[in-house]
Amino acid sequence: MLKTFRIGGVHPPENKLTAGIPIEYLPVPPNVVIPLSQHIGTPAIPAVNKGDHVKVGQVIGTGKGFVSANIHSSVSGKVSKIDLAPDSGGFKQNAVYIDVEGDEWLDTIDRSREIKREISLSREEIVKRCLESGIVGLGGATFPSHVKLTVPSGKKCEVLIINGVECEPYLTSDHRLMLEKGEEILVGVSILMKALNVSGAMIGIENNKPDAIARMTELAAASFKGITVHPLKVKYPQGAEKQLIKALTGREVPSGKLPLDVGAVVHNVGTAFAVYEAVQKNKPLFERVVTVTGKKVSKPGNYMVRTGTPLIKLIEAAGGIPENTGKIINGGPMMGKAVSNTDVPVVKGMSGVILIPAEESVRKEIEPCIRCAKCVSACPLSLEPYLLMTLSEKSMFERAEKERITDCMECGSCSFTCPAGRPLLDYIRLGKSTVIRMARERNLK
Amino acid sequence: MSSTVLITIISLSLLAFISAVILYFVAQKFKVYEDPRIDEVQAILPAANCGGCGFAGCRNLAEALVRADTFEGLNCPVGGAPVMAEAARILGKTPAVVDPMVAVLLCNGSPENRQRTSHYDGAMECRISKSLYAGDTGCSYGCLGYGDCERSCKFDALYIDPVTHLPVISDEKCVACGACVKACPLHIIELRKKAKKDRKIYVACSNCDKGGPARKACKVACIGCSKCVKVCAFEAITIKDNLAYIDAKKCTFCRKCVVECPTNAIHEINFPPRKEKAEAAVENVN
Repeated sequence: MLKTFRIGGVHPPENKLTAGIPIEYLPVPPNVVIPLSQHIGTPAIPAVNKGDHVKVGQVIGTGKGFVSANIHSSVSGKVSKIDLAPDSGGFKQNAVYIDVEGDEWLDTIDRSREIKREISLSREEIVKRCLESGIVGLGGATFPSHVKLTVPSGKKCEVLIINGVECEPYLTSDHRLMLEKGEEILVGVSILMKALNVSGAMIGIENNKPDAIARMTELAAASFKGITVHPLKVKYPQGAEKQLIKALTGREVPSGKLPLDVGAVVHNVGTAFAVYEAVQKNKPLFERVVTVTGKKVSKPGNYMVRTGTPLIKLIEAAGGIPENTGKIINGGPMMGKAVSNTDVPVVKGMSGVILIPAEESVRKEIEPCIRCAKCVSACPLSLEPYLLMTLSEKSMFERAEKERITDCMECGSCSFTCPAGRPLLDYIRLGKSTVIRMARERNLK
Repeated sequence: MSSTVLITIISLSLLAFISAVILYFVAQKFKVYEDPRIDEVQAILPAANCGGCGFAGCRNLAEALVRADTFEGLNCPVGGAPVMAEAARILGKTPAVVDPMVAVLLCNGSPENRQRTSHYDGAMECRISKSLYAGDTGCSYGCLGYGDCERSCKFDALYIDPVTHLPVISDEKCVACGACVKACPLHIIELRKKAKKDRKIYVACSNCDKGGPARKACKVACIGCSKCVKVCAFEAITIKDNLAYIDAKKCTFCRKCVVECPTNAIHEINFPPRKEKAEAAVENVN
């Protein structure tokens, strides 16, 4: 029987329209806006000035503090200004505006296509290279990878888990990456294994990607010792860190603890590929695969895009915005957020862009809760979403904290499953952020 | 038969007597003295339990008033000066002078002034919209108009105007309890000093963006041009983060800044019509 996690989960329609379309390189846009905060943690500090000429791969923002990441230029050209730019939520962040001139890469970057397999760097050098290259978790959370590779004293990493689940409907960027860059990913996994000092790694892939499972299994068996590929039963949200650990190892991460507390570290396949490029090819993270899809999109596909490219350029490459589009979603349909304008730049954490037709993006009318407890059954973290929503609605945040609202990972299974169309996640998110703020203020006192 | 009744009566009486003695001593031992003036003061407070004074309810304020040496920092915004004077009389203290306040909305972003750039269809609460994204206009500082303030008001003093989607605050009904100030996730409602005839001069904008983007997002945004600061003879206006602020305590209602403002971001409320304009018109004719 195939492995999966036990508690909760839902089965949204898969709609993986672009699974068979190879990755296409998007041409360099005439100008880019590169935000200095593309990761969780402190925003980077600008390292260039207005009027400077930059090359592809040059550092334009240096990470500040431990939980932060470097930002690199994805193009060559002239810095036109350093100013605020709206992110996908409309909030203004510091960003570097660059007018593109040619495509001149730093000499240090190895642009050859050949796959380099020997790992010459030591463990410390690998972590340092990840830090320098601005590698962040490409599954969507954009947590700086060097932090996850630094195991604090007293803790021990026993198993490395590589996330190739891609449980979000529509998205296929990781799927294509595994098919086309399988060997690079496996070298990347070996690098991560070396950095974490573990002898084995488990790659979890959902069973709806049989070609990727076959390809990765074949490659791993041929020449990568210790790496095993595990097909998983299709269930959302299997790509969530805690659920994947549970599915693959049977270990459960306790509430408020980190995966490392049960001896596991999880990295995405996209991150493994980025680590390969950074360590073996000295290429910092400045481009990624983004799935552009939607039922009405004329040319959906998987595109390798430079960060900072305006979203509209990407959509135009996929045939433009179809008529009667209701929402453009950054990320997957379950966890992604609608963007408020199409000029926002592509960032490291953007795994997909989904253009949803108006008739499918309508919210259900909100009806009273009938206590059917479907949300309770669907919650993979054993929370009671209906209760958390009511507590947030009534501003009873202390009680919500006791009910462990901060454990919520915002997977959206509750809202998806609710027959009364109640905006459960909207309220839980509000409660969660308020409780986190309250706890922070309490700690300051 | 009769002895049974007798024994019952005697034993029960004895039990009652013993209990009474115990209860008497317990009552003496655990006696709590409560100042009778607390009840007296509570009786004159408005019993709105709105929390505007900073306490959980009217009783808590009454306790604090009785306990306090001076009335400094203690004020019932609902009852205002008359109630506080009465409380001072009961307690034999002098009431602190507190300026009456009124809530003012620091935004004028009606759909006419501020173009909608996206459509929000989530839960219709400002705090939820705020937690999701920067709002359905180009201005991420201004009023969202989903009525968190309206729901928080216990005095029916404000409602969301269906045309402008902005809260309208009634000067008569507003008691400055501050519930809307706390409820607004954008912090764009301010309690300002109440002036004669409810006159007000304030910058109806909260946009901290630079002039260009602010103006692009909203026709009546403060662009931080400092013209008002220069014209003000009383140093009542300051600019912080590209946004002008008029200190109600220093403002003398000369209204020079209102004319000077290039975007009409400064509002004058409850003033008689201007004379200068008529004079200027006459001059032009001459």
